[in-house]
Amino acid sequence: MNSSVLWYASQATGIVSLVLYTIVMLLGITVAGQGTVPGLPRFSVVALHRSISLLSIAFLAVHIGTALLDSYVDISFISSFVPFASSYEPLWIGLGAVAVDLMIALVVTSLLRGRISPRVWRVVHWLAYAFWPVAIAHTIGLGAGKGGLISGWGLWLTIACVVAVGAALVWRVAAQQERSRRTPAQVLEKTRSEVRV
Amino acid sequence: MTAIDNGIREAAVQQQTQVERTEDNGVLPSRPLGLADHRVYYGALPTPDQLPLGELAAKLGHAGVRGRGGAGFPLYRKLVSVSGAARARRVAPTIVANGCEGEPASHKDKHLLWLAPHLVLDGMVLLGRELRATRAVLAIEAGAPHGKGDLVRRVREAVAERDVRQDGVRVEVVEVPGRFIAGESAALVSTLDGGPGLPTYREDSVRERGVGGTPTLIQNVETVAQVALIARYGADWFRDYGTAAEPGPQLFTVYAGRNRPRVVHAAAGAPLWPLIADAEPIDAVLIGGYHGSWITAPMARHARLSEADLDVPLGAGLIAALPAERCGLAETAHIVRYLALESAGQCGPCLNGLPRIAAALELLADPHHASQRNGLLEDLERWCGMVEGRGLCHHPDGSVRLVRSALIVFRTEIAAHRAGLCTGGDRRPLLPAPAPAREYAAH
Amino acid sequence: MRTNPSPELAVDWAGCKGHGLCAELLPDHITLDDWGYPIVSAGPVSAAAAKRARRAVADCPALALKLKAPAAGR
Repeated sequence: MNSSVLWYASQATGIVSLVLYTIVMLLGITVAGQGTVPGLPRFSVVALHRSISLLSIAFLAVHIGTALLDSYVDISFISSFVPFASSYEPLWIGLGAVAVDLMIALVVTSLLRGRISPRVWRVVHWLAYAFWPVAIAHTIGLGAGKGGLISGWGLWLTIACVVAVGAALVWRVAAQQERSRRTPAQVLEKTRSEVRV
Repeated sequence: MTAIDNGIREAAVQQQTQVERTEDNGVLPSRPLGLADHRVYYGALPTPDQLPLGELAAKLGHAGVRGRGGAGFPLYRKLVSVSGAARARRVAPTIVANGCEGEPASHKDKHLLWLAPHLVLDGMVLLGRELRATRAVLAIEAGAPHGKGDLVRRVREAVAERDVRQDGVRVEVVEVPGRFIAGESAALVSTLDGGPGLPTYREDSVRERGVGGTPTLIQNVETVAQVALIARYGADWFRDYGTAAEPGPQLFTVYAGRNRPRVVHAAAGAPLWPLIADAEPIDAVLIGGYHGSWITAPMARHARLSEADLDVPLGAGLIAALPAERCGLAETAHIVRYLALESAGQCGPCLNGLPRIAAALELLADPHHASQRNGLLEDLERWCGMVEGRGLCHHPDGSVRLVRSALIVFRTEIAAHRAGLCTGGDRRPLLPAPAPAREYAAH
Repeated sequence: MRTNPSPELAVDWAGCKGHGLCAELLPDHITLDDWGYPIVSAGPVSAAAAKRARRAVADCPALALKLKAPAAGR
């Protein structure tokens, strides 16, 4: 296969993966913050979060596969999951490998959810907050494909993803503060005025 | 040993220079006993030869011992359950004697541990032998006060006096931070396992999987002391006290018009009236503890002290007479506020419901608010229904029991409050509501 | 408990945060109280609802819903 077809396929599937994973993050943050997506019951939001993450894996696999097959740049199979082992752009490819490792941990534990302890699942799932920024960094560092950082519409798309997740995180923190469960003493104080009405 | 009748005896009634066993004494001595005096007073602890394996359980079954506090579960069945689980899993069980006495108004356990700690230790040794336990823990409240003495030190001294080789069981003393639910089984297991001391979700009961995952027998220290007495004097001696359904000598903490509460020795079926006569005129009596029930004054005057007669559990053995000049609603509001603050705060219904119930009771207890606010009783009943049975422990259930009994027994007070009046002039709280020794983390 | 013929629903109350997915999936067995926490009907899950019950257990964001064998006498 023509090297530049492979290369562009890798770029394209890379961007699609990033967008899909961004949506997965947004849905995950929504569920964790007990929010809703208008028109969707909560169990659908959870189902979407799961299905889209599986879809993202497919695109990610093609993204990695086409990059490995492409002879123009030298990226070994090992370096797709062993960080910083690549001779081509070791830093940015390495970050991609870190993201792959984190994603494997997330997916495996989620497939085993219910069979492993809730605490273990939850602690590993927090790694999502590491996975996604690493994927973003990998994208920004390698985006242009011909050396140099991402630019043009790729850059804008990436910025949009960052803004979306940033806004979701702000919402999440705010919702958490408001709904924080508090001690019985605090609830008593708060409900004294409520009960009076 | 002659049978002692079902009369009521003060636990610390004699002013004797020598400690003698007389019929006037209750089962407790009049002053704290060291190991040597203890052996003289009660007799020697039966040796394993004198009480072979299985015989203790049989005696306890025949005696019909039930646990004090909790659900009054027959001790014999718990023993069978724990030893069965231990055998099945080939794991040695653990014994826990619960002397935490999280009930602030109750003093009987501290009183027992102060006067006759060796009775409790004997019981632990006997149960430990019977179950072949490798660990025996005596849990007491850290910094527990007792009169002028340091109870924790007294207990540790008693443990140090024991001959572990002769006993065959080594007792560990563990100090537990004093909270109302600290003695709840799952919470206690959590503390003993080094956790935060809160109830946890369990698939198995503590009897199957408790401290360190071992089958665990947890009993109130008074029950453990009863074991030590039955081993010496027999099941028939035990059954000579009380009624057929509620046998055995029991300790109660009585609040009846004096400045300080007193611990009395009595048994089921004894008339309740003489215990609280000093407090007359009375409004109502609280039976059991803060998870107990109020009973009316007429019932208190005529009923016998038994679950069958009173139709309420005797629980932790609290008997608190509310003098007529006090306000039963104010007292209940004060207690329920304490109960709300003592919630572990883990379970949504309890965390949200108990404070609202407490706040509503505060309003109901104030004639000014009670007369203005509509729907207070409906809200109370709604919230009571909402917290019952929904949580990791029975704290909300017990609290609801107290509230519901108050709404019935203080019916006339409620009517008066809603009309803007209070029949009781003295709104001071009668019963204690201590601040927590340590805080639970917010969830 | 896939092989259990009549499992019962149980809630880990310390873990439950009141997300409410369980009530959406099992409206015949679970309603939500004033504060968003599940009120679970006693008794075994009906056969028709068994599959949805397993899904609710798997999907609970807090992993606080459990399916277990009915409690035999304690």
